[in-house]
Formats: sequence, C-alpha cells, structure tokens
Amino acid sequence: MTHLIKLLLAALVATSASFAYAASESNVRLMHAPVNRLDDESLQRGARNFVNYCLTCHSAKYMRYNRLTDLGLTDKQIADNLMFASDKIGQTMTVAMTEADGKAWFGNPPPDLSVESRIRGRDWLYSYLLGFYRDDKSATGWNNLVFPNVGMPNVLWELSGQDKLVETEYEDHEKAMGAAIAVKGLSALEPLPGAKVAVLHLEPGTPGAMTREQYEGFVTDLVNYLDYMAEPVRNHRIHLGLLVLLFLGVFFVFAYALKREYWKDLH
Amino acid sequence: MSRFMTWVDERFPLTALWNSQWGKYVAPKNFNFWYYFGSLAALVLVLQILTGIWLTMNYKPDAQKAFESVEYIMRDVPWGWLIRYMHSTGASLFFVVVYLHMFRGLMYGSYRKPRELTWIFGCLIYLALMAEAFFGYLLPWGQMSYWGAQVIVNLFSTLPVIGDDLSVWIRGDYTISDVTLNRFFAFHVAALPLVLIALVVAHLMALHETGSNNPDGIEIKKQPKDPRTGLPLDGIYSHPYYTIKDIVGVIVFLAVFSVIVFFTPEMGGYFLEANNFIPANPLKTPSEIAPVWYFTPYYAMLRAVPSFAQTQVWGVIVMGISVLIFFALPWLDRGAVKSIRYRGRLYKGWLVAFIVSFLILGYLGTVPITVWGQFADSAPFYGADKATVVARFLTVVYFLFFILMPWYTARDKTKPVPTRVRWH
Repeated sequence: MTHLIKLLLAALVATSASFAYAASESNVRLMHAPVNRLDDESLQRGARNFVNYCLTCHSAKYMRYNRLTDLGLTDKQIADNLMFASDKIGQTMTVAMTEADGKAWFGNPPPDLSVESRIRGRDWLYSYLLGFYRDDKSATGWNNLVFPNVGMPNVLWELSGQDKLVETEYEDHEKAMGAAIAVKGLSALEPLPGAKVAVLHLEPGTPGAMTREQYEGFVTDLVNYLDYMAEPVRNHRIHLGLLVLLFLGVFFVFAYALKREYWKDLH
Repeated sequence: MSRFMTWVDERFPLTALWNSQWGKYVAPKNFNFWYYFGSLAALVLVLQILTGIWLTMNYKPDAQKAFESVEYIMRDVPWGWLIRYMHSTGASLFFVVVYLHMFRGLMYGSYRKPRELTWIFGCLIYLALMAEAFFGYLLPWGQMSYWGAQVIVNLFSTLPVIGDDLSVWIRGDYTISDVTLNRFFAFHVAALPLVLIALVVAHLMALHETGSNNPDGIEIKKQPKDPRTGLPLDGIYSHPYYTIKDIVGVIVFLAVFSVIVFFTPEMGGYFLEANNFIPANPLKTPSEIAPVWYFTPYYAMLRAVPSFAQTQVWGVIVMGISVLIFFALPWLDRGAVKSIRYRGRLYKGWLVAFIVSFLILGYLGTVPITVWGQFADSAPFYGADKATVVARFLTVVYFLFFILMPWYTARDKTKPVPTRVRWH
C-alpha cells in the first residue's frame, strides 16, 4: 500500500515538473509587477490614473464608482475627483466611445478593462504598459514588445518618453537567453533564420515628463488598481478565509477528540 | 420526542428508514483514509445544489446578459462572490473526490460481486456528473465556455450519417447560441440534478443492501456474530462511529476547500480559466481551447487517435469507450481476492500503470501537443510530436488495463485472505 502511494507521488512529481517546463516557454520575458494589494494610497493613485488616462477609450462597465469606497475614499471624494463621465455615484464606469467608433479608429474596439487583470495577469499588464516603443512602420507610430502590432498607441508617452527598440543577434538560444536575463527588465527572444536568436529590449530615447522611476511607479499604481478592479472583493476574501480556517481548526480539535472518545471502545 | 416519533412512524417509516440506511447500518470497522470520499461526494453534491440554487437567483441564462450577470453576482450581490467561488471550486473538487472514490473501488475491489449494481449506479453518477459539468461550464458565457461547448458538440457531428443532424439537435441551432445556452441551463439546473439525486439514492440503497466492502475485501456478513452485540465480529453501527469519523473528514475537506475558495479560487487557471473572463465571441476562436482539468485525460486520448478513412470519429469512439468501459469492470476481474492487500504483483503493476497513464494523459490534455517538441524526421516516428506518441502509448496502456484484466487477475498469485480484518 505505502508502495503504491510512493509510486503515485512520484508520478505526480514528474507531472508537475513538466508543468514548470511548459510555463517557461514563452518568448517574452515579463517583468514582475511590484504591486501591493494592501496599499490603499497606491490604489487611490491608480484609480486616479485610470480615470484620467484609460477611461476615455476603455470602459470598466462592471465597476461601480461607489465601490471605490473600498479604497478608503468617501462618496464625495469620488464624485469630486474621479467622476468625469458620469454624475451618479452608483453608476458603472462606462465610456462615450461606441464599439463601432473604437473599431473604426483602432482596428479593434478597446477592450473593457473590468476583469482584464484576470485575463492577462498583473505581470503582463505591467510589462505591456512599459513595453511601448517608437516604430515608424506602424500605423500609430508605436509598437509594443509584449503585444506586437497592438492597435493601441502609447497614450502615456508624454509621461513615459519615447523608448527605442534595440535588437541584438546571438549565435544560439543559450547565449541569447543569457543576454535576455542580463537585461534585467523587459526582453524578448526572437528566433532568426538558422540557429541564431535575436534578443529584443528597450532603451530610453527622448525623455518624458516623468523620470523612469516616477513612471514605473505610475504604472505600478495603475496595474495595482486594475488588479483590484478585476476582483474588488479580494482583500476581504483573503481576510475572511483566515477566520474560516481558524474556525475549522478549532472545530477539528473538538471533533477529533470526540471521535477518539467514541472509537476507543472498539477493538 | 419519542411520542412524536411514534406518531410519525405509525404513518411513515422514518425510524426504519434511518436505521436501515444509516443508524443501524452495520459497516466494517476498518475503513481507512480512502473511505472518506463517499460521504465527501455527498457533501459536495449538497453544496453544489445549495450554491447552485442561490446562483440561479441572480444568474440570467441569456447570451446578452449571462456574462454580465456573473460579474454582477461577483460584485453587487451580497456574498455572491462566495457562493460563486464555492460553486466553481465545488465543481472541480466534486471530480477530485469522485476520482479518489473510484480509485478506492479499484484498489479494494469494491465493484466485485455482490456489489455490481452499486458500481454501475456509481458509473452512471460519473457519467451524469460529466454531463452536468459540461452543461454548467457554458453558463458563464466566457470564451472557454463557448468554444469548449462548440468543440464537444462538434464531436457528435463526426458520427456517421446522423452526426450533423444530431449536433444541430443538441445545440438547437447551427452554432452555440442563446438557444443552446437556455437549454443547457435547463439541463444543468433541473434535469441533471434530478438524475444525479435519483442515482445517488439508488447507489446508496444498493450499497446498504449488500453492505460495504472494506480495505481487506472481507465479507463481514459471512462472519460469525459477536454474542454480546449480535453484530458480525468486525461490524459496527455507522452511527455514531462513522458519523463522528466522517465529520472529522468533512472538517479536513472543508479546510482544503476553504484554502482554494478564499486564497486561490482560480487554482492557477485550472478551476477558473483566465480566458473565460473574456465574454464569448462567436467570431474569435481562441488559439488554444483546453477543457477543464477533469476532462483532460479523455481529451488527450481524443487528440491522440489519428483520423482514418477520412473521419475523426475514431477518437470520439475511443473517448466514449474509455469512459463506458468502467461499467464492465465487475465482469472483467477474475481475481480470487478483492483487495489489493492480497493481490499479486500483476494486478498491482497494472493498477499503477493505469493510474500513471491516467495522470499523464490528464496533464497532456492541458497543454498543446507541441509541448515536448518533435522526434527526429526519421524512423520510427518521422517527426511526430513527442506528446502525441506518448499519449497514444498511454491510451493503449489505459485500455490494456481493462482488456487484459480477465487474464492477469486470474493468473495473479494472490495471498490468503484472513477471516478477520486488519486494523489500520
């Protein structure tokens, strides 16, 4: 019996090892988004960034303005500072742009961002927002390392400045991987004809209104907010989970003691 | 109280029913870890029905509103998020518990005579559960809901002659549409729960008629009676012994359940897929359509079977038989003993091979077939995807476990079964 369990466990370990292998296959090396879901000030700044810069094209039609009270804001603060597109605090974050307009202007309608973080993940969003570079060949004049040929222009360029794409060729995949890791930021590998591999990364070009650190902070707050908005209940959920487990722990002690008491008579 | 019970019992056999089904039901005293999963499956069924009822109060089975109503439940309905996560986690854990329950049956020969009907009702429950999960998965109306349903219903269209008409009949339309969503909703919330409950009742009645098997595979009913208690020597009343023991199991299970519900409800994309947070779009096929994890062993088999004579129906047939073959188990096993404790190396080896195949197939069903790259473009595999070749091999192992069973169980060198159970 223990033999069988050992074998099964070995099979499970083997399977999970192949999972790890599968996960590391992507061409783009995403950055880790340094967000803190408990940092209300970051979330408030993120909400401000979102309504100012995103909520003209992107809706968040499942998110109600008054839900922002989660972040320690009052209804009045929300109404005075964050509501440009609506006048009722109980309304959701909709935009005036129609899907048809979006399609005509950008090729694809800008997606609703209510649950975008659950689709893409924090790290993807963070890397994407830092992944824009100048590209004269594209229709918008912009391109993105994480989402090549994306229809969205770099709307934050006045803050971020204009990055340039740098492409370096390496003889084989291993050397390219080493170089990509050495970039310590966003990078991507692109196979070239033959065994050669190119490493793509971004370098600062014309500076914007913010320093690099300021801009990364700006994006961090925004991603933190997007992540909150995708599941506003999350902090509450985790907090409640701890209490539930605590209760189950106490319940277990008593139930187990009772079980022992009943079963001790059996031989 | 007792006067009230007398009043009831004169009109309805409540006490008799309780005693025959649980209170005075005599069970072997040596149930181990693996015997928790039956009562846990019943618990999950109740949880799914209750959370399902509450979800139905706010969910809208309408292609225009379904996705939105789920977000409404997650954000605006008080405790809606908890009910929804309990339901989505419960769906996956239902399969976890049922798979472990079935594995228990395989290990200890619980399907053997005289429990064939208990096993068959169990297999029917498994089939109904798969249908229930499939119908339910369409309801959130996300991209994976939509395209997963599209793929599964299209499987039926590969059947010769009737295939196309059959798939249109199932969908009620030429593609998955609002019509399909409505009927799947009807199946998910009314038809299949009724079927499931009826089958569970039958499963339990059959079990309580024959009595439970145990890790030693000893028929306690054949044992002499203990003169003090009048019960078989290794038998005890379910109540209070297994009542309290199962409560301990329930608490441990609820702890695992809560860890998922409260801390990682998506379970890394295995319980709630990231792409299912994109509303269904009939015009945009996702690059990778993966079923939820509990179907992936069968999905891997489906993909592994090559098309032949210009039809892909063979994969569908293989997948169908791979599930249905469980029904034949009581008649395939010719072993002299029931429990793995007294079986020889042959059965143990085949069981391990079967479980390992099932797990690796399950993994392969979650990833693209290119996951392990290709073989060299020469004999014997000519550049085939490694994962496909492995999946084919494992599919064969899966079936050989059943097909060769009459042979290897009969030949197996078994150990003598003791007359009394071993304590564990």
